[in-house]
Amino acid sequence: MEEKLSLQEWIDLAETENKTFGNFCIEFQAKELEMDKRVLLERMEEMLHVMEQSVVIGLTGITSMGGLVGGNGKKVETYRAESADKSVVGSVMSKAIMIALAVGEANASMGRIVAAPTAGASGTLPAVLFSLAETRGSSMEELGKGLIVAGAIGMVIASRASLSGAAGGCQAECGSAAAMAAGAAVELYGGSPEQVGHAVAITLKNMLGLVCDPVAGLVEVPCVKRNAGAAAQAMVAAEMALAGICSVIPVDEVIDAMAAVGNAMSCTLKETAQGGLAVSPTGILLANKLFAKVES
Amino acid sequence: MNIFDVIGPVMIGPSSSHTAGAVRLGNLALAILGEGVKEAVIGLHGSFAQTYRGHGTDLALSAGLQGWATDDIRIPKSFDSAKEAEIEIAFTTINLGDLSHPNSVRFWLTGVNGNKCTVTGASIGGGRVVVTNIDDFPVEFSGEFPAILTMHRDRPGAIALVTSILSTQGVNVAQMKVFRKQKGGLAAMIVETDQPIDNAAFEVIGKLPHIQSVRRIQLV
Repeated sequence: MEEKLSLQEWIDLAETENKTFGNFCIEFQAKELEMDKRVLLERMEEMLHVMEQSVVIGLTGITSMGGLVGGNGKKVETYRAESADKSVVGSVMSKAIMIALAVGEANASMGRIVAAPTAGASGTLPAVLFSLAETRGSSMEELGKGLIVAGAIGMVIASRASLSGAAGGCQAECGSAAAMAAGAAVELYGGSPEQVGHAVAITLKNMLGLVCDPVAGLVEVPCVKRNAGAAAQAMVAAEMALAGICSVIPVDEVIDAMAAVGNAMSCTLKETAQGGLAVSPTGILLANKLFAKVES
Repeated sequence: MNIFDVIGPVMIGPSSSHTAGAVRLGNLALAILGEGVKEAVIGLHGSFAQTYRGHGTDLALSAGLQGWATDDIRIPKSFDSAKEAEIEIAFTTINLGDLSHPNSVRFWLTGVNGNKCTVTGASIGGGRVVVTNIDDFPVEFSGEFPAILTMHRDRPGAIALVTSILSTQGVNVAQMKVFRKQKGGLAAMIVETDQPIDNAAFEVIGKLPHIQSVRRIQLV
């Protein structure tokens, strides 16, 4: 059993060394990987380019393999263009919603994506990073640093809890993706390491208990829309943390609570398609239709 | 675990277990066959059998058998490419028993030179896979290391001769397992190593006493 990582420990180190959490993470991870910092950042920038391409694929309005999702990212794109004055959440978050849906739909239709942390939750990080980058005017290098912060957060969650829906429910997939994105958002906006920790804690707290209940066992319903929800949760938490709001429960304890909730969760709610939306009358109907197609 | 396990891999969706893992299982089956595939019958078990079309598992397995990587954008069109290359691939659903992992698959393969093999494996999450059976021998390896698989007579010294060849070549054994069906009968051994095994060592091992056949399993 590997030793559990601690996000607070990294945050404290960054604060002591008077570094941004991004700079601390780059140095720490480069050392861990025995890799040049520049090379590490370049690898992250390559990931960002793949993510950009996933958005492009998604926005062509493709249909998924199971036929349950597709075209919704494009709908938001059109709504943004034609009804900007009617946006409920404003331009930045509406862009995040569009990107999350587009990448989720690209994934569901066998497009190329970056599993970050998983394929099912691959829409959340690009949604938050790219929508904030536009307003912040962030460079690819800054976004790459954001991705390293996100990765470091994901490593801690993986070591203390889980990143897999089968092991911990959707809180472990979309919840973790959102927590990683929230930390990256705080970094992009110049927040302190402590604020990164609070953003992660607040996000996970707001998504605690989310179950993994995919209709017909496919990464389509409700996964794609949940990525949009996760992106929004990340932005809500980042906003609170940047305003100086603290999580009452320390971040590592929140992650441990997520692990405990995941363990207590019934197996029917952990990616087995035996509970939640998967066994709703419509969920069952859709599953039967899809399986009948397989039999024929 | 490192940061690229969290931010990555780059893959063709929609599922690391049902798509990326399926490509890797195809890659491993191809490596075990040791030559290009001419005919493949692929049996899908459990969740693979139920949801393979919606996850593109069939396309991914076919891509894997053609040696493609998990992020190859041709994966959705892998059937067309198989057809062009005159590779016959057929799918069926099978029941490998309750004890088998829900994402299990069995390949019955015939190669371009007429070699045959049967490979069973499972996709165990996050794109990681394990091969559980080769030609009716229970085995267990992940393909994350270079490996050799021997079929040999269960005789004293048969194993030591193989490992001594490896040691003289400076190849370190990471994991090894030996399986036999009955005492003194045919046995199988899988040796996973830290360094790749070169042609010279591979040929010498094939000529050792008691060795009936040897296969090298090397993924890129």
